[in-house]
Amino acid sequence: MKPIRNFLDKIKPNFEPGGKFSWLHSTFDGFETFLYVPNTVTKKGSHIRDAADSKRLMFMVVVALVPALLFGMFNVGLQHWRAIGEITVSSPYSISLIWDCFWYGFLKVLPLILISYIVGLGIEFIFTQLRGHEINEGYLVSGMLIPLIMPVDVPLWMVAVAVAFAVIIGKEVFGGTGMNIFNPALLARAFIFFAYTPYISGDTIWIAGMSKGEAIDSFSGATPLGDITSALADGASTVTWSNGTNLWDWIIGTIPGSIGETSVIAILLGAALLIFTNVASWRIMLASVLGACGMGIIFNLIGSNVAMQIPFWQHLIFGGFLFGTVFMATDPVTSAQTTPGKWIYGAIIGIMTVLIRMVNPGYPEGMMLSILFMNAMAPLVDHYVVAANIRRRNKRLSLTTAK
Amino acid sequence: MSKDKEPLFSAKNRKVLLGPLGPNNPVTVQILGICSALAVTAKLEPALVMALSVTVVTSCANLIISLLRKTIPERIRIIVQLVVIATLVILVDQILKAYAYDVSRQLSVFVGLIITNCIIMGRLEAFAMGSKPWPAFLDGIGNGLGYGLILVILGFFRELLGNGTLLDFQVIPDSWYMANGGFYSNNSLMLLPPMALIGVGIIIWVVNSRKVKKG
Repeated sequence: MKPIRNFLDKIKPNFEPGGKFSWLHSTFDGFETFLYVPNTVTKKGSHIRDAADSKRLMFMVVVALVPALLFGMFNVGLQHWRAIGEITVSSPYSISLIWDCFWYGFLKVLPLILISYIVGLGIEFIFTQLRGHEINEGYLVSGMLIPLIMPVDVPLWMVAVAVAFAVIIGKEVFGGTGMNIFNPALLARAFIFFAYTPYISGDTIWIAGMSKGEAIDSFSGATPLGDITSALADGASTVTWSNGTNLWDWIIGTIPGSIGETSVIAILLGAALLIFTNVASWRIMLASVLGACGMGIIFNLIGSNVAMQIPFWQHLIFGGFLFGTVFMATDPVTSAQTTPGKWIYGAIIGIMTVLIRMVNPGYPEGMMLSILFMNAMAPLVDHYVVAANIRRRNKRLSLTTAK
Repeated sequence: MSKDKEPLFSAKNRKVLLGPLGPNNPVTVQILGICSALAVTAKLEPALVMALSVTVVTSCANLIISLLRKTIPERIRIIVQLVVIATLVILVDQILKAYAYDVSRQLSVFVGLIITNCIIMGRLEAFAMGSKPWPAFLDGIGNGLGYGLILVILGFFRELLGNGTLLDFQVIPDSWYMANGGFYSNNSLMLLPPMALIGVGIIIWVVNSRKVKKG
């Protein structure tokens, strides 16, 4: 580590005002503070000192994403080998099989991650440099989230366009990191969803190579939510699960889906880390789960079609619900800030997700849209929470001062 | 009279005509006429026709109101202006129906809704009521074209990126498309109204940041 520090100290004067590369100051500063805790100290006033700054917080989220990422890579390979008939659902998991699956998935997912980071960080660096801001590593998290919420076969240039759109229109227009209204990662997904719909929805794009016709005939790449939609469309009396016929498959996550969203266990590991380190709000997560359960129970009670008869708790493990709840709804910038606001915000996300899944046949998955919707509504929720607080205190004041 | 007679395209008149195309654009600077800019720009052809129609209506309405400006009673001027605009819009609508029926069907109600286009009323109130006929006429043409410029820019990009065509002529080669073994796909978000709003936003962003740079 010492040589890096020495090297940075040696080239630092070049980037200070008046130096050769002073126009690259933000870039240098970004790298330096990423590698080392900055040595700036508070000059006046007393403050609580903590080693955690926004860069370290962001990094904690990336660490929390690692289990989902690793499992996602493994699952990409597993689904691919199953789809082309190399292995079957009952094949035993030997070490070499797991390694083969992981390596195949690694090679598939790596380009997505690279594209996401290169395009996103590139735009971010250009904008902060032009504006003379300090570089915030806000994109570290978004850049990792974007590959994880994509289907594995999405064309790379679409990811690049979506990332550019999300970072420029979703973030830089509003003033950069911390000013954005919408979660940039979800905005990128929404962009592809509306712009290039066939490449991010349907039954074949969730498995590597399947959209190019590499799968064997009897194989269906439908996700559980896709199964529900098609059962609804066919008027079937029960849902036929194409993949993952038992609960254990759904919870481990050996089913088709976006890269990072399938494994309940991997996501819960990340959630535990986020809650333990106080990075993400457990209130939002809990409220969202409760909201989804509540709405699911209401639909269970109505039970008028096959989709509404799905046990309510299955909504929690299907699709992107858990991933969105843990990693995206809790984004501190775009979520509600007040404590009661967080409960309301989370609960409506859960309610709307189940509502969209059940009621709107056009969208099998509702997590993305409900989080984006509540991102837009979060300031309104906060406004009414604060207004209610002021009203309550005014009332108390008039009670105590009245004669 | 002869003393204050000025040439047809004096510096002042040129400014009246060309101002709305750049520094005083009705859409990007005055933020007027946004609604129809969202509705008719999914393709280039309706955008062009709409731009032309609005230019005709603004310029003629400006001319007529300017001629009448001394005789219109102050208290009922809005109604008089509306009657003039409505008459012109119906004329344009009928002409389109007669000679360009397809485009007229694509534009549907939006030709009729030119009546409510804030640019026209705005120019009548702000300029024609207090100016001579010739500058008022030029101002109408300038504002119509300024509005049309934004429409055409939006229509160009939305049709090119959303459909791969321009004026219904295939611009992006068929072999590029993924269905034919290529790599490209049309961006269907471009055809949805929100993208027009974002497009207007981007144009305003570019215009404003250039203005800031100039000082």
